[in-house]
Amino acid sequence: MRARAGIAAATGARHWLGGLLLAPWLACAALAGARDAPPQRVVSLNVCTDQLAMLLAAPGQLVAVSRLARDPHASAMSVEAEGYATTPGGAEDVFRLNPDLVLAGSYTTHHATAMLRRLGVPVAEFTPTRDFDGIRADILRVGALLGREDAAEAILAAFDAELAALRADAPDDPPRAVLYSANSWSSGEATLAGAILRSAGFVNAAAEAGLAYGGTLPLEQLIMLAPDAVITGTRYGGSSRAEAVLDHPALRSFTDTRALLPLSDADWVCGTPYVLRAIARLRAAREALP
Amino acid sequence: MTLLSLENLTVRRGACPVVDEVTLSVGRGAFVGLIGPNGAGKTSLMRAALGLLPHEGRSNLATMLPEVRARHAAWLPQMREIAWPVSVEALVRLGRTPHRRAGGQEADHRAVANALARMGLDGFKDRRATELSGGEQARVLIARALAQETSLLLADEPIAGLDPAHQLGAMEVFAALADEGRTVVAALHDLGQAARFCTRLVMMHQGRVAADGLPAKVLSPGRLAEVFGIRAQMIDTPHGPLFQPLERLT
Amino acid sequence: MTALRFPLLMALLGALVLVLFVLSMAFGPAGLTPGQSAAALLGGEAGAAETLVMREIRLPRASLAVLVGATLGLSGAALQGYLRNPLAEPGLIGVSGSAALGAVLALQTGLAAAFALALPLMALGGAVLAVLVLLLLAGPGGGAFTLILAGIAISALAGALVSLVLNLSPNPFAATEMVFWMMGSLADRSFLHVWLAAPFVALGGVMLLALGRGLDALTLGEDAAAALGIGLARLRLVLVLGVAAGVGAATAVAGAIGFVGLVVPHLLRPLVGAQPSRLLWASMLGGAAMVLAADIAVRLIAPERDLKLGVLTAIVGAPLFLHLIWRTRREGL
Repeated sequence: MRARAGIAAATGARHWLGGLLLAPWLACAALAGARDAPPQRVVSLNVCTDQLAMLLAAPGQLVAVSRLARDPHASAMSVEAEGYATTPGGAEDVFRLNPDLVLAGSYTTHHATAMLRRLGVPVAEFTPTRDFDGIRADILRVGALLGREDAAEAILAAFDAELAALRADAPDDPPRAVLYSANSWSSGEATLAGAILRSAGFVNAAAEAGLAYGGTLPLEQLIMLAPDAVITGTRYGGSSRAEAVLDHPALRSFTDTRALLPLSDADWVCGTPYVLRAIARLRAAREALP
Repeated sequence: MTLLSLENLTVRRGACPVVDEVTLSVGRGAFVGLIGPNGAGKTSLMRAALGLLPHEGRSNLATMLPEVRARHAAWLPQMREIAWPVSVEALVRLGRTPHRRAGGQEADHRAVANALARMGLDGFKDRRATELSGGEQARVLIARALAQETSLLLADEPIAGLDPAHQLGAMEVFAALADEGRTVVAALHDLGQAARFCTRLVMMHQGRVAADGLPAKVLSPGRLAEVFGIRAQMIDTPHGPLFQPLERLT
Repeated sequence: MTALRFPLLMALLGALVLVLFVLSMAFGPAGLTPGQSAAALLGGEAGAAETLVMREIRLPRASLAVLVGATLGLSGAALQGYLRNPLAEPGLIGVSGSAALGAVLALQTGLAAAFALALPLMALGGAVLAVLVLLLLAGPGGGAFTLILAGIAISALAGALVSLVLNLSPNPFAATEMVFWMMGSLADRSFLHVWLAAPFVALGGVMLLALGRGLDALTLGEDAAAALGIGLARLRLVLVLGVAAGVGAATAVAGAIGFVGLVVPHLLRPLVGAQPSRLLWASMLGGAAMVLAADIAVRLIAPERDLKLGVLTAIVGAPLFLHLIWRTRREGL
């Protein structure tokens, strides 16, 4: 998993000075070597690392989380996040907090993390998780970075046990479902949402339309797939044309005779143990299907 | 019968009257030349008479409903505007607008054909009006006003920019209309043409009517000196009166 | 120039709209054969997937293309006729942009959710404001370039305000939807949108078509038209309301689609002998045909990408617009 971080970081820093490429390696090596001196001021810049850090950090070890951590639409731990300071995530904001470890996602905070590395702050980057093995790896990795390996092992054991229980007695003839959200976006098998769907005992019908990862599934195609259930997300306030497709009369009358499950929410967003809650709710909905 | 009747007609631009208490009455079968130097108020008088300008006093045309007025009086503005490349025939047919096909397509067709023939435009029927020369466009626009077949035609400098032959042609058409019992009131700068063809001249000066009557009477040396600041000579010939400006008076 | 006989031209345009409508109904990612499509549309079992696709997805989309296109073509022809300026077009002069602002305000304030008609009505309000400002600044006689300059300013302001409102929305998706409002799309529109727009489009259409006689007379200029018995004040009022109703409703459901009202009257003008009244009718059908064709093209070029209609209409329209400016300049109009 260290290799993964290295590759991600290297990709992230590609646009920067060549010499910087070495920095993440040095940072990781230093962290690995300093196992008996865990970081004392950790800052997280990504809603997913926020949650893993909140689950694993020792009291006082986590200094700040991202603002998104408090958004109930995106964060399964929005309530817990109220107990932490938040940071807007700019390099200057973060540097002022004087962190000795920064946890970040590999996509959205490139410029900030590259700058922090130049300033000598150790940064660990995480790629979005596509499956449960990724969740396991991330739990262990954050545990190792924070010097909280025991806590990580405990959380992982509980996660595995509960996941096994939820996956037990899967139906022989699983119902077909499609994940459908704003802008006709659907998630295929090779996504975290796809893994949640599979674990809850559904077959992802989007695969029949050739969708393996995420992509648009035109409403016409969704209807022609005729899945047993359409799983949509919880809605935001305000109005958007992106979400208007979820109100389309064709979808409405189609789901008159099928299930429209507005279940997907913050529990689905990140590779954290909270995906278990998503699986449990989805499983309950499956069992309630006619 | 009176076709145009103005009583104390006044048009103000700001506080200044550009048409000042004009009272005028025009009956059937007249070709009235409205003359006067630039800024004398000729255009304003005609536009106000038609109700196109805010005014005080009374005009029989301005009190009519617009559509009724349009069947009674045609207006040929000085500005020769043809916005779109329509055919000459279509442009002339616009003169039939106020009639709303009351006489059927037959009547419209006849009116358009007569107007085109009168202005010598028979061969131009299918040409695009915007591609004609300025003089040809002027004739097409006169034909449009003729096709309206009103008993009264008000025209603002209808022959300006026409070649001599077509100036004569247009004046003959207006005179012929008067002979038929219709009435033409035209603002004219060419006093020679006015003297020769008009049955009556109305001379305007600083918004007022300075003189009104037969051409020979109106174009007196005193008035020409006072109003136009020129000296001219008028001679009677077998072709009618011949009027020639001679010099500016300073 | 051959002025095609007008009834023949109308019949041809009508046939073109019909053919494009049928083609539009035949295209889609569902992969139905033409036979299946026709059967599902005409005799499909209610609730069956094919029937839903044909009746609830494709039929409203094609119908909306006709409504939006017809109103844009007609409005362009009417504005051009009134202003006697071939560059007048609801999209270019900011009327569509202002309508979009009204629509976005109705949606983001929640007004449209509480009262469905608020959406087209607010869009209409935005459009009325824009037309009034334009007539004030660049009315007849204002000249082509005054009109374009005023239009640029109104478009820019409306666009900026739409962006502002979308950015302030609590909905994270809204902020990314500028391109829909400024370019227009018919993807995933439903009969809800058709019924919302149709009454206003119809009302605007009736108002604008009634102006034919007056616009014809305006060929001779305002003074001559007034003397022909045309009530110019009333004509102006009907024009403003008619354009605002049509463009407002169309923009509220489909976003701002530019250049339709420019391209269509320009192409059809020679075929109707340049008569404004005939151009109204022809542009109405021509507009419907152009938007139908553009909507087919966006699905052919980039299926599943929701390519915006305005992209295509601008690719066709902008060069024509530049050509018209050049010609206007040369002729010193």
